[in-house]
Amino acid sequence: MMSPFLFWIFAILMLVFGAAVIINRNPVASALSLVVSFFGLAALFLSLDAYFIGVIQVLVYAGAIMVLFLFIIMLLDLRAEELRKINWIASAGGIAVALALMFQIFSVVEKFPAAKQSFPPLAKPAPDDVRQIGLLLFNNYTLPFQIIGIVILVATVGVIILSRRETR
Amino acid sequence: MNYVFIGTSLAKIIGLLGFVLGLMNYAVYAERRVSALMQDRLGPNRVGFAGLAQPFADAGKFLLKEQFTPAQVNKFYYFLAPCLAMIPAIITISVVPFGSTLFGVPMVIADINVGILFVFAIASLGVYGIVLAGWSSNSKYPFLGGVRSSSQMISYELSLALAVIPIFMLVGNLRLTNVVQYQIDNGWLIAPFFGDWTNPGKWLLAIPMLISFVVFLIAILAETNRLPFDLPEAEQELAGGYHTEYASMKFGMFFLGEYIAMITGSAIIVTLFFGGWHFPGIPDGSHGWIFGLINIAVFFTKVCALIFLFMWVRWTLPRFRWDQLMRLGWLFFFEIALVNIFIVAIILMFVH
Repeated sequence: MMSPFLFWIFAILMLVFGAAVIINRNPVASALSLVVSFFGLAALFLSLDAYFIGVIQVLVYAGAIMVLFLFIIMLLDLRAEELRKINWIASAGGIAVALALMFQIFSVVEKFPAAKQSFPPLAKPAPDDVRQIGLLLFNNYTLPFQIIGIVILVATVGVIILSRRETR
Repeated sequence: MNYVFIGTSLAKIIGLLGFVLGLMNYAVYAERRVSALMQDRLGPNRVGFAGLAQPFADAGKFLLKEQFTPAQVNKFYYFLAPCLAMIPAIITISVVPFGSTLFGVPMVIADINVGILFVFAIASLGVYGIVLAGWSSNSKYPFLGGVRSSSQMISYELSLALAVIPIFMLVGNLRLTNVVQYQIDNGWLIAPFFGDWTNPGKWLLAIPMLISFVVFLIAILAETNRLPFDLPEAEQELAGGYHTEYASMKFGMFFLGEYIAMITGSAIIVTLFFGGWHFPGIPDGSHGWIFGLINIAVFFTKVCALIFLFMWVRWTLPRFRWDQLMRLGWLFFFEIALVNIFIVAIILMFVH
């Protein structure tokens, strides 16, 4: 378990850099902010004793996917993006919709009697979460797991065929 | 109890960090001496006895040079990139067990149950430093170096991760201390000369482990941008690659980051394939603190031997061409690592 102090540090880190992703005009800065945000998320997973998910978060998102994003962004011309002006009317509209949604959620949750109770403490974490996840994936959910694998393979092959230049 | 834990952890962090940084400086010196040895030269032998004070002279030179910043660079990322190149490699070593126990304290900073995944997760961040250096320099050769580096590191990460899967199929646990314990009980993974070494099943398993080791070693060479895979900084093609626009200590940090990555890479190879701190006949630290120290010395001796191997490779082999590098990674090592997993699975089905 993590102390509340660390929770607040990582939660604030995550939110600030999450906001920086959309506020930054420079796409590279946005992408790197997203990486920092993923780190905050990974730290929050670790605080729940979910080591496997936390590390996979960094390995897959920060280590692989964002590197590819950065790779693509760097190959593009960024000047047009940096010079683009902020559309204030659209931004105000977006903020208003978000605030309205937040207000609605708060007012609905406040009506819930269950929301007033404090959460029960977490169950004692499994000593080896990697083993637990492996056993679940390969015993209970073997077929869905393999179907997902094949779907991803089909998507990969499809992307390669679509992006290949015609040689004729 | 908690204070004891915090105190010992701090002591381990400071001790290991200091030792690794010192080892890194002498790795640079060793690189120059080894290259000189292989080219029938003398190498740096003027500063101090046999040139042993050379790292201090190098550090002084790096720090006292003019901090030159080109005008067209993207300042923030230009300064961020050298830090990002160095930090991941240092963090990785925190999960590696570098000794048995010393005064009852386990000689590993963070013994987490996802050890090897943590190593891959943090090591995969090393690419950001190089990519950002290439991009923020705003110049064509560094940029090409950064692009090469990101594609190379992503490609070889696959072989790196697939190559270690057979080990964990055998050990059944991702914790690195358990990998070392398994090797103490059953013999080192690529050389099971002890334990019940007459068991033929173990020798059968040593064959795929050897394949794993070779693939892992080559992938580590690619991940650390060492020759024959140092295309991101190929000076004949790219005028220095991603660090062309860097000078003084900022260049020094890229340079030293490469050596730290080499040290951590060697440490992980030693842990996975060469039994970590174990050497046959030497008891662990519970038999007295002197054995604890000897275990640590054994570990770092193995690490130094592997670093020497890396240098040997660097000064012996020519560099690959870019398309050859990618073809080798995707069409050769990737497949070998995959087939290797199947071989181990079949052997494990019949042997165990």
